[in-house]
Amino acid sequence: METITLIEQTKIKTNAVKQVSGGVAVLEAFIAEGIDTIFGYPGGAIMPIYDALYDYNERIKHILVRHEQGAIHAAQGYARVSGRTGVVFATSGPGATNLVTGLADAMIDSTPVVCITGQVFAHLLGTDAFQEIDVINITTPVTKWNYQVTDATEIPAVLAKAFYIAGSGRPGPVLIDITKNAQLQQFDYEGYKKCEHIRSYRPKPIVRKEYIEQAAELINNAERPFVIFGQGVILGNAEKEFIQFIEKAGLPSAWTIMGMSAIPTDHPLSVGMLGMHGNYGPNVLTNECDVLIAVGMRFDDRVTGRLDKYAKQAKIIHLDIDPSEIDKNVKTTVPVWGDCKETLPMLTSLLQQKKHEAWHNKFKEYQQKENKKCIFPEMNPTTNELTMGEVINVLNELTKGEAVIVTDVGQHQMVACRYAKYKNSKSNITSGGLGTMGFALPTAIGAKYGAPNKTIIAIAGDGGIQMTIQELGTIMQFNVDVKILILNNQFLGMVRQWQQLFHEKRYSFVDITSPDFVQVAKGYYIEGQRVSVREKLKDALQTMLDHNGSYLLEVMVGKENNVFPMVPQGRGVSEIVLSKEEI
Amino acid sequence: MKIEKNNASVISPLIGGGAQEFTITVYTENQIGLLVRIAIIFSRRKINIDSLNTSPSEIESVHRFTIVINETEEVVRKLCRQIEKQVEVLKTYYNNNDEIVWQELALYKVPTDVIAEQVQVERLLSKHGAKVVVIRKDYTVFEVSGHREETDNLIKVLEPFGLIEFVRSARIAIIKNSEGFHKKLKEFEYREPGEAITENEFLNQNEEVFSM
Repeated sequence: METITLIEQTKIKTNAVKQVSGGVAVLEAFIAEGIDTIFGYPGGAIMPIYDALYDYNERIKHILVRHEQGAIHAAQGYARVSGRTGVVFATSGPGATNLVTGLADAMIDSTPVVCITGQVFAHLLGTDAFQEIDVINITTPVTKWNYQVTDATEIPAVLAKAFYIAGSGRPGPVLIDITKNAQLQQFDYEGYKKCEHIRSYRPKPIVRKEYIEQAAELINNAERPFVIFGQGVILGNAEKEFIQFIEKAGLPSAWTIMGMSAIPTDHPLSVGMLGMHGNYGPNVLTNECDVLIAVGMRFDDRVTGRLDKYAKQAKIIHLDIDPSEIDKNVKTTVPVWGDCKETLPMLTSLLQQKKHEAWHNKFKEYQQKENKKCIFPEMNPTTNELTMGEVINVLNELTKGEAVIVTDVGQHQMVACRYAKYKNSKSNITSGGLGTMGFALPTAIGAKYGAPNKTIIAIAGDGGIQMTIQELGTIMQFNVDVKILILNNQFLGMVRQWQQLFHEKRYSFVDITSPDFVQVAKGYYIEGQRVSVREKLKDALQTMLDHNGSYLLEVMVGKENNVFPMVPQGRGVSEIVLSKEEI
Repeated sequence: MKIEKNNASVISPLIGGGAQEFTITVYTENQIGLLVRIAIIFSRRKINIDSLNTSPSEIESVHRFTIVINETEEVVRKLCRQIEKQVEVLKTYYNNNDEIVWQELALYKVPTDVIAEQVQVERLLSKHGAKVVVIRKDYTVFEVSGHREETDNLIKVLEPFGLIEFVRSARIAIIKNSEGFHKKLKEFEYREPGEAITENEFLNQNEEVFSM
């Protein structure tokens, strides 16, 4: 008798719905979604969630950053190297507004991030309460979705939706604003159910066979087909499918900076980088190909140059998961709407085996011209001044293309993307669309958590590093093994280059002074050194890579070096120039 | 060749390439903040919204936005795709004026004594199909529904008689060729929806009114 009663009592207990706070519900959602790392910064309006986090310390790491922008960039880095969704905590008001740059960056570069912001009590909304800001309306243009929770019972379903939206289809940032009363509120918790369907949201469109057939026909009949690919290949985990596709039909392929590393940089069909500072051949031959196949890229203006001079001779096939990208900038002949993980194999199966040798040789011809005029001088400078290119070149030698490189924005970014070698996908992390200076350092921190077994190298200029240099504190506190490589040309180099080339050398406020970066690092107990002579470069890079833990290496490079080739703004891609004399 | 036909650069002969009035119909979830999400798609591109109406639709819980703008078809098509991309938007359509039946509602407040004393006014009002909404000692409110020109005309007519107040609603429009949203919504609710929902607007629907 007694036993039976006991069993019954246990049953009642297990059936009884658990009472939890909104804060706990947030963390339970994270556990259910497999989140192991949060990047955040506490504050008044998010305190109940942080209070709940105190008990989850064993199961979820929390990385305390030094500025909320650092938190969201770190989450982006985590997401970009791992393919998983990055998670951010920030408080209301300034905590939330500090996220905006990162949200915009994640939005334009399609990075899955879920941000949780605290908000003042619901009854204070609209009263100009302390640290109250209308974060939903501020972030609407820079989020894929956002939502304000004022009642804790909504939390499980809203977070499920948030993770589903952030990570599916074309990924993007999602922000959930939770009022303090909802975080505190105890409610009947019925468990967490992952979201798999939202009736008004179609992440994966149905693939239309007729378009696959039309695209295959165009490619099969093409004499000079040319593939340009972007981050869609990486986001779709379609690297293998993509390589099979280009290999079968012998398609020369060039990457956008967001697509870089999707295929190994030394793949025989890889012909280099597109865009303003891309390689010579891919830019010029865009205007000579007969079929242009764009895979998971969005024809950014830095890639296309002047649109009315862009690939006008070519039939254009555009593979994209986002229908609003089709025809947005460049008119498509055949739109292949869908996830390229699905569409590429379908297309490949219809392709004829081809080599296109003569066409490939054209790329090689242009490559030789570029080698002679741009690459050789960059790698073999005649002065004692180091060039950025030779630093990257030595780095390639030492990392053998196995490292993840996180770049900031500017000349060093373009040089790194031009010369870095990669063997693995998700290795080139950069702020492509938004061009966010200050991106590299915090993003590299997140990247280390996303790919703990990889060497993470943050490359920044002397300008960009100073925008988020406080994140050295995060590196110090959590012993994050990030190698920091500063390429210091003592200028805001890209703007200086433009002022030199297009504004009669009127150097307007590009002369930036820097602290002693090695001393700054030392203040954070991070080791480092500065080099400015060629003979010491390789050893210094080796020391950085071999160092146990984070390390800062400052390399002094030529002050007024320019990045070439260049498609000057307002010109067509085939009007790309190899030197300043040609402008 | 089929491909040529599907090429979105081919502008439907019905519509032509210049700027003209387009009515955009958006079926959405009823969600706070969605109005802003839709509005900023226009303001970001510095496009003026001529008229905007939010209302229920034939389906409970589904909202219907009716937006009028003056733009080229190419711009309108791109805008519609951006709108449809929003998570809580179910479907977006755009139509030119030949493809819809539309109305706007206008209210006019005029001094009652003028109406009472001047037969001419009464005649004018009946000519314009105005209905009396309220009569008070001091003023009378009329309503007229119709196209912009019709409601505009009556303003001109009433001005000499001391028009006190005027207001006009946004355009509401019915798409001539639409079968309504019931069938579509059902498909939206399926996990694996049929073609009508995931339809690729580049299919051969250029000539059909109900396409986007």
